[in-house]
Amino acid sequence: MQPALWLLIFGQTFTRIRAIPTGGIPYVDYLAPGIIAQSAMFIAIFYGIQIIWERDAGILNKLLVTPTPRSALITGKAFAAGVKSLVQAVVVLLIAALLGVALTWNPIELLAVAAIVVLGSAFFSCLSMTIAGIVLSRDRLMGFGQAITMPLFFGSNALYPVSVMPGWLQAVSKANPLSYEVDALRGLLLGTPHHLASDFAVLLVAAALGVTAASALLGRLAR
Amino acid sequence: MTRDTERPQADAVACTGLVHAFGETRAVDGLDLTVRQGEVFGLLGPNGAGKTTAIRCLTTLLPVPAGTVRVFGHDAAGDRMAVRRLLGYVPQQLSADAGLTGRENVALFARVFDVPRRERAERVAQALAAVDLAEAADRLAATYSGGMVRRLELAQALVSAPRLLILDEPTIGLDPIARTGVWDHIEAVRAATGMTVLVTTHYMDEADQYCDRVALMHRGRIRALGTPAELREGLGARRRAAGAAMDTLPTLEDVFRDVAGSGLDDEAGDFRDVRSTRRTARRVG
Ligand SMILES: Nc1ncnc2c1ncn2[C@@H]1O[C@H](COP(=O)(O)OP(=O)(O)O)[C@@H](O)[C@H]1O
Ligand SMILES: [Mg+2]
Repeated sequence: MQPALWLLIFGQTFTRIRAIPTGGIPYVDYLAPGIIAQSAMFIAIFYGIQIIWERDAGILNKLLVTPTPRSALITGKAFAAGVKSLVQAVVVLLIAALLGVALTWNPIELLAVAAIVVLGSAFFSCLSMTIAGIVLSRDRLMGFGQAITMPLFFGSNALYPVSVMPGWLQAVSKANPLSYEVDALRGLLLGTPHHLASDFAVLLVAAALGVTAASALLGRLAR
Repeated sequence: MTRDTERPQADAVACTGLVHAFGETRAVDGLDLTVRQGEVFGLLGPNGAGKTTAIRCLTTLLPVPAGTVRVFGHDAAGDRMAVRRLLGYVPQQLSADAGLTGRENVALFARVFDVPRRERAERVAQALAAVDLAEAADRLAATYSGGMVRRLELAQALVSAPRLLILDEPTIGLDPIARTGVWDHIEAVRAATGMTVLVTTHYMDEADQYCDRVALMHRGRIRALGTPAELREGLGARRRAAGAAMDTLPTLEDVFRDVAGSGLDDEAGDFRDVRSTRRTARRVG
């Protein structure tokens, strides 16, 4: 629902106003990859709740007493989160197509889109599981998730190009994996200038760091 | 890491001076414990005695801040992976994934224990059959009774063919028939595989009936150790020596009261609930 509203109201309105430099494409087109990334992130950022639930149900305890490395458990969860987000991304993609956004239908590019969404969501779910390992309770995790989603969204290039941001926000955006996800999605879906290789590399490194951090803290949940 | 897997003589569990505190609470306070290979060992004590905490140190879930814990010779603090490979663990809390079928629950553990893919289906079926869940295997675990969930967890722990099965209060909250069912299956598995079983319980009557040896734990330490018969007879002899009139033989619970001293009744409310019916033999002054 939320992503549809963003595209329909924000996207359509700003397409008329032409206030944001998009490099010559309609703003709603420019926005669509940003909203795909955002809605995928919103799902992934609360994924840690799953781990807390498994802890409360006693399942995590049993899994942690098996020879499966923590990193394998976390990687499995991260990819499950990625696939879950992918479903959401497809829905937003279809809404965007209905709104007349000129998207690619090249299967190879779409496959790359899927890979980027899964990787981005893997990172955000690891962020969520890392926070879960720190705050240890569902309520605090929810609060934390709610507190960081909007800053992550506004502190990225999802709504506007980096070039129009004030300097400090540009720095935030540069450190924000969401920006790299959006950049890659925009390039793939719209054919705008992009840095696909470096975006992919940044997301891969971010996901790997996320897995490392979440695995290191996983044991805390069972204490 | 260490290649000391072949230590046929190593005890299943060797625990010395184990201490684990939660803030001010010294839940385990200098625990010395040896479980021999192949026995069913009962760690007994009222709620709050520190049983679960000790178990969680053994299973590598908690660190070992002081003392040493060895499982078949492997250090539970240092060589965690080696320890985990040898363990089957059923925690105190009932915990099967209600959204999966019984078979899926067990298959998950076959996978995380690296049971070879070719053998998985058969091993899962065997484990389910061993706990009498073959027929209910394809129903959601959400539809299982408490006793069935416990048996399902037993199957989850058994599918990796562990050398040491650790059960934390396996019968807590179950009705008497389900309790007997769980114990019967533990017995059967032990008879079939010879695996070592470490079980905690606060039901003294169960321990008396099913355990080869028991340790009575109170306030983080072992207060008495032996076979149930030894402990009962030991107390009986002490009472006779003290000149007490003996109308009934002491129970394991009487032994417990004897070694735990006075603090028991104030602290262990739940313990009183499980008094056996033979209450005639009272503590002698
Ligand atoms: N996670 C924990 N945090 C704080 N205190 C704990 C925790 N777990 C157990 N305790 C305390 O440690 C003591 C021993 O508990 P436990 O090991 O669960 O005993 P038992 O299993 O014998 O009932 C109790 O006083 C309990 O309140
Ligand atoms: Mg306990």
